[in-house]
Amino acid sequence: MASIADILAEHKDREGPLLPILHDVQKAFGHVSEDAMREIASALNLTRAEVYGVVSFYHDFRKEAEARPVLKLCRAEACKARGVEALVPIADNQSRVKVEAIYCLGLCAVGPSAMVGDKVYARLDDAKFKTLLEAM
Amino acid sequence: MTVRISDDAVAIACGADEVAAAFIAAGEAVERVSSWGMQWLEPLVDIDGVGYGPVSADQVADILKDTAPSLGRIADHPFIANQTRLTFSRAGKTRPLSLDDYYASEGWLGLAKAREMGAQAAIDTVMASGLRGRGGAGFPAGIKWQTVARADGEQKYIVCNADEGDSATFADRMVMEGDPFMLIEGMAIAGFAVGANKGYVYIRSEYPHAIAKMEAAIKLAAHLIAPFVVEVRVGAGAYVCGEETSLLNSLEGKRGEVRAKPPLPALEGLFGKPTIVNNVLTLAAVPWILAHGGDAYAAFGAGRSKGTMPIQIAGNVKHGGLFEVAFGITLGELVNEIGGGTASGRPVRCVQVGGPLGAYIPPEQFHLPLDYEAFAAADALVGHAGITVFDDTVDMAQMARFAMEFCAVESCGKCTPCRLGSTRGVETLDQIIAGKNVEANLALIADLSETMKFGSLCALGGFTPYPVMSAIKHFPEDFR
Repeated sequence: MASIADILAEHKDREGPLLPILHDVQKAFGHVSEDAMREIASALNLTRAEVYGVVSFYHDFRKEAEARPVLKLCRAEACKARGVEALVPIADNQSRVKVEAIYCLGLCAVGPSAMVGDKVYARLDDAKFKTLLEAM
Repeated sequence: MTVRISDDAVAIACGADEVAAAFIAAGEAVERVSSWGMQWLEPLVDIDGVGYGPVSADQVADILKDTAPSLGRIADHPFIANQTRLTFSRAGKTRPLSLDDYYASEGWLGLAKAREMGAQAAIDTVMASGLRGRGGAGFPAGIKWQTVARADGEQKYIVCNADEGDSATFADRMVMEGDPFMLIEGMAIAGFAVGANKGYVYIRSEYPHAIAKMEAAIKLAAHLIAPFVVEVRVGAGAYVCGEETSLLNSLEGKRGEVRAKPPLPALEGLFGKPTIVNNVLTLAAVPWILAHGGDAYAAFGAGRSKGTMPIQIAGNVKHGGLFEVAFGITLGELVNEIGGGTASGRPVRCVQVGGPLGAYIPPEQFHLPLDYEAFAAADALVGHAGITVFDDTVDMAQMARFAMEFCAVESCGKCTPCRLGSTRGVETLDQIIAGKNVEANLALIADLSETMKFGSLCALGGFTPYPVMSAIKHFPEDFR
């Protein structure tokens, strides 16, 4: 597994490298810890507050690890029009998978849709959504 | 026999990989191509031009035995035949990462012509085309390019805004996944025209397939666009980064907070340098314009809305997908004729045009032509031309509440009316939904909307009132 120092070295010649670094740290460790923020800040000559400000601004970055598998369910308008809200009680009635709201996967004519990691799923109905959750 | 199946995200999400695997298991060669954009038919299987869809893996044997019902020739399907595809001319036909396919379909012709005619002539061509920014604001692209070209500075940038966050929009995604070289060519033309040697494509993290395709395409095309260099940057789940100044801050590694304008990004943009920020569709239209001439592009369209617009028909609609057509087509034609009405079979209650910041429009206004000025005059916006169709089960008070909730979740926090107003808006709409002091609270929402509209720097706080107030205006019965 890459260390934070490796990741920092990989991005050292980029302009504005903070977001690519944070993406890689999150990918390698599952979250961006306080220690990681300290190390990144020091390497980029930023304050810890600046790095913390960026990490907390963006929905993608987690400050703490998530132990459960995560499913992102689109709850934007087009998926609402296609019935995603009816799937929400299914998500709420279980706790094994963390179901997060996401606003738009660009699959707006074939919703309701969801994403797990980089995999996308469309035309979800009760049965398909349950199967998807159970398989995680 | 050639079997073609799309590898775009919609096709994959609907099971295209499994269908392709079934054809391969049956001994057939499969070409993975871009999507035709008929999303209700995905996974769409194209065998020597004849279509089948939506196909599941267990139907593959019947298709090969020729006992499955076919859709006929795909190119003759009314959904395709009625379009004017300039930007999406290759959709469904070419392999996204095949340079051979791209060359064989006018690829790199626009860039070659631009280099031949020179930088100023290339800008003049874009100016003559009447191309306006496709991200939503509709600012003339040629004027932006001219401003950057004339700006002082050794270092200039081309930034492609691929942070397509509006619900019901997916045209940018389809360009990046289906025809990435076209976007790269458009950026290279822009770089050549204004003297920029570096381009960034800022792609939202919700689009992993687009990110992968763009990164692969940039590697394959690097030698063709040199000395211009393109780099992909991935967003991090902030809707507001689709706003150009917020996007620039994000690219610089900062919080995606909106910047006050002026200074214009054209003069002081990325890292304070002169920068073109154009939407994917704007840059993707450029190779065609350079290859065929500005006047040829301007011959399409209506009034001051020139050219074609890739319209995205989505939500509860029977025939959803990508429909590229000249400006001027009416909403009614798009929703009822092309879209075929709702998928649920119930009556259409309204559509939302332009994403979460766009107005809700009732069928009484379906005579509106898709045209920046005509929409603005009706208190609506074209935006990125995404249309979400709703049937008569929709609760418009809930949709108005959602508009405020979305603004509260996504506000960057810079402007008080947006940051606080959106949360107060949710609370006030909750009161209305609960039937408490309805008239007084509706007056409060109207007042709050005015404050947000005029007191916010960007479209997030400034346009959230559009869906809220249009829902109240056209569907008062849902609030009382």
